[in-house]
Amino acid sequence: MKAAAAEGGGPCRADGDDSLYPIAVLIDELRNEDVQPPLESLATVEETVVRDKAVESLRKISQEHSPVDLEVHFEPLVKRLASGDWFTSRTSACGLFSVCYPRVSSTVKAEIRQHFRTLCSDDTPMVRRAAASKLGEFAKVLELDYIKSDIISLFTALASDEQDSVRLLAVEACVSIATLLPQEDLETLVMPTLRQAAEDKSWRVRYMVADKFSELQKAVGPEITKNDLVPAFQNLLKDCEAEVRAAAANKVKEFCENLPEDNREQIIMTHILPCVKELVSDTNQHVKSALASVIMGLSTILGKDNTIEHLLPLFLAQLKDECPEVRLNIISNLDCVNEVIGIRQLSQSLLPAIVELAEDAKWRVRLAIIEYMPLLAGQLGVEFFDEKLNTLCMAWLIDHVYAIREAATCNLMKLVEKFGAEWAQNTIVPKVLGMANDPNYLHRMTTLFCINALSEACGQDITTKQMLPVVLKMSNDQVANVRFNVAKSLQKIGPVLDSNALQAEVKPVLEKLATDTDMDVKYFAQEAISATRAVFALHAAAPSPPVLDANFEKQMEQQAVCFH
Amino acid sequence: MCVPFSADIISTVEFNYSGDLLATGDKGGRVVIFQHEQESKNRPHLRGEYNVYSTFQSHEPEFDYLKSLEIEEKINKIRWLPQQNAAHFLLSTNDKTIKLWKISERDKRAEGYNLKDEDGRLRDPFRITSLRVPVLMPMDLMVEASPRRIFANAHTYHINSISVNSDHETYLSADDLRINLWHLEITDRSFNIVDIKPANMEELTEVITAAECHPHQCNVFVYSSSKGTIRLCDMRAAALCDRHSKFFEEPEDPSSRSFFSEIISSISDVKFSHSGRYMMTRDYLSVKVWDLNMENRPVETYQVHEYLRSKLCSLYENDCIFDKFECCWNGSDSAIMTGSYNNFFRMFDRNTRRDITLEASRESSKPRATLKPRKVSTGGKRKKDEISVDSLDFNKKILHTAWHPKDNVIAVAATNNLYIFQDKIN
Repeated sequence: MKAAAAEGGGPCRADGDDSLYPIAVLIDELRNEDVQPPLESLATVEETVVRDKAVESLRKISQEHSPVDLEVHFEPLVKRLASGDWFTSRTSACGLFSVCYPRVSSTVKAEIRQHFRTLCSDDTPMVRRAAASKLGEFAKVLELDYIKSDIISLFTALASDEQDSVRLLAVEACVSIATLLPQEDLETLVMPTLRQAAEDKSWRVRYMVADKFSELQKAVGPEITKNDLVPAFQNLLKDCEAEVRAAAANKVKEFCENLPEDNREQIIMTHILPCVKELVSDTNQHVKSALASVIMGLSTILGKDNTIEHLLPLFLAQLKDECPEVRLNIISNLDCVNEVIGIRQLSQSLLPAIVELAEDAKWRVRLAIIEYMPLLAGQLGVEFFDEKLNTLCMAWLIDHVYAIREAATCNLMKLVEKFGAEWAQNTIVPKVLGMANDPNYLHRMTTLFCINALSEACGQDITTKQMLPVVLKMSNDQVANVRFNVAKSLQKIGPVLDSNALQAEVKPVLEKLATDTDMDVKYFAQEAISATRAVFALHAAAPSPPVLDANFEKQMEQQAVCFH
Repeated sequence: MCVPFSADIISTVEFNYSGDLLATGDKGGRVVIFQHEQESKNRPHLRGEYNVYSTFQSHEPEFDYLKSLEIEEKINKIRWLPQQNAAHFLLSTNDKTIKLWKISERDKRAEGYNLKDEDGRLRDPFRITSLRVPVLMPMDLMVEASPRRIFANAHTYHINSISVNSDHETYLSADDLRINLWHLEITDRSFNIVDIKPANMEELTEVITAAECHPHQCNVFVYSSSKGTIRLCDMRAAALCDRHSKFFEEPEDPSSRSFFSEIISSISDVKFSHSGRYMMTRDYLSVKVWDLNMENRPVETYQVHEYLRSKLCSLYENDCIFDKFECCWNGSDSAIMTGSYNNFFRMFDRNTRRDITLEASRESSKPRATLKPRKVSTGGKRKKDEISVDSLDFNKKILHTAWHPKDNVIAVAATNNLYIFQDKIN
């Protein structure tokens, strides 16, 4: 397959390289030695996705080569790409060094190392970026001596590059390199560079350090963590740029968890906690929000007494924060605190916070708190819920925004699953059914939607005795939307009802609705009728078959004929 | 006297990094690219000419339905990307949308398809009795332009500048109140790095007029304002660069204060020198060179057309006082050039402090002829060959000029004509 055919263009093709992407994928599937030349050309095109896919395919093919073939076919390809005129081929070459290095002879290995060195100091930033991003991967396949002699100097150079975008990629490489070196070498070979990166003038580099902090912590080990990383982490938490503070705040829990056990508590209390306290009142809302999502996790690390004395005030402060996202993040992580001190400590502050979120002007905030309600209800217990939260849940059912009403309905269903049918019967069913008389037709429809959601959880008894009469009564509603939703409801709750009810009460109503003046009501009634016919068949197979009305069956057949 | 066809009015001129290509954009949304022909062996004493290489329609007129406003297709700026392979890339922008164009050459095409005839008609599969492999045949050189990326919907106000960063990965775009940072590969997101919109729009006093990235330092950029100030920002210091790192402003001369002082101090263009050590700003009457290390005054000031100072009132009435002139450096930063009225343009030698006024018009420039310097007479007595201020044609304005990055070749746009002048080789 020649490279020319792989380009596959006609005379007027203007869409260019995007069309090469499927070809690159196809070649991947073929995995044939003959396929290498076209991949080489594809690895030099300017469209990044095509180049990346070609490089990926070449990497897979390299695994299929024998060591001899690697030296004869593959490594020359890599050499050609690395010496290419345009930066595109040189960036692709960076991704291929690590796959061919392990299995070639030592002379060839030396050549490969030389090429990589050259690319690390290439003129164009794009190539240096590609080299920096592959530095870690390449280091992993090198022998330890070469890591120390070659990689470290390349790493230091890239980490001091004039381009911000190159330096920040070196931070990622730092993690891999630190993992590969023995502990005693880290202090001299890696730490100076890492310290420099944590204080880099560019906030983007500091951000990368914060983002990779947990990996760095694991790579350098407990001693260096205590001496170097703890002060570095403190500085990142106090950084002047909010993006960096937020990235560091996100890592607080993980960092604390991974501290060595012997002085974990002491380090946290002396060094980390003061910074965390500052962050609670940070000016930037994203920082506070990031902190709120992890701060609760500290309670399991610090234990009951420290939590009550030091952390509890912070949780309460964030529960009252002006930014709704902060409050939501606290509420969503209550289970950690529950394990340690029990939620009762918080409930006094928790309730006003929940109520405020439940009535927030922005509907998406209201939606978020509804979604946490089943979790909270489970943790706070049924009495607390009935006392304080029940009214909220009912109020949501008549919210102005449909998405809230829908979520509220779903919420009720989850609560019934948690607390049981009897609780439902006593507390929420009467209120739901009461809405059926509301002057607003949207609220009357909400009753029907609730019934749809609750019938299965509540069971046949409640559905037949309490819900069904209400539904049937609404079939006479003035508003057509309500009437056709009656038909839909009847179809939904049909399987829960017993056959007598279906026969005696549901059927006549559906038949009446099938002759309604409104088109949609008629349509949904017909749909419901054919659906209940299936339910009948189900009942017919049951041990004690019900007595079928002969007329009814004929009517059914007639309906069926009409449709076909 | 013929009125130029308005869609042909050239709105931007830009050489690429090697100087081989010259791009112009016009009011009709078209981009025309000229290529430098290699010197011919027969006449080595003449440099090659610039001939049309490619023409394409970059932007079309659009309509913003929400605001009931037309979006003009006029190309405000073109910026070339550094060359990365055999094809050429440029960014072109109108008021709202930036597009990345790829200009590539095609000199081969595949012939001998099995299913298609040479003219593209499908062949009847049942008539095909044998298979052949298509081959590549040479063809006449065809230059194709294709849009590779479209960066849209990021600017509420009119885009006035775009500038490519030295990291070859990002670029910035500036409108009246905001500057955004884009990644060349990502079209659905951009980062806002400067926002000078006040909370209450009634408090608005100054707008952004131009912005440029530093040629070598990937973290530095400047933007100029309508109040005659320039702010230099460091993207390393913070994610949002609302606070400047350096603030350049020349204190006002109280003796020349007038009703028009603020209007004529508005900076219409800002350009870094190639060395990265200096920057040049153009306001209505002058060009100033600033040393980046000194914020309180420029190191050099050149008067472009000081004789207009007494005419500001009438220039305000015919709106000419709001004309936005551009300026440019030569390749070695030893000279600067900017345009004026009556198809005049001015060049200043920074070392000798000599300046010259030249005219770009058909009557005064025959091909291969040397341009004659022009002079505007300011006093009462007008010498022969001079032109008086009142006879200047303010409809013939040279707003856009460009200087070849290495050679002494300049491109001057006079309404809808493009003039290319070269240094005589002795």
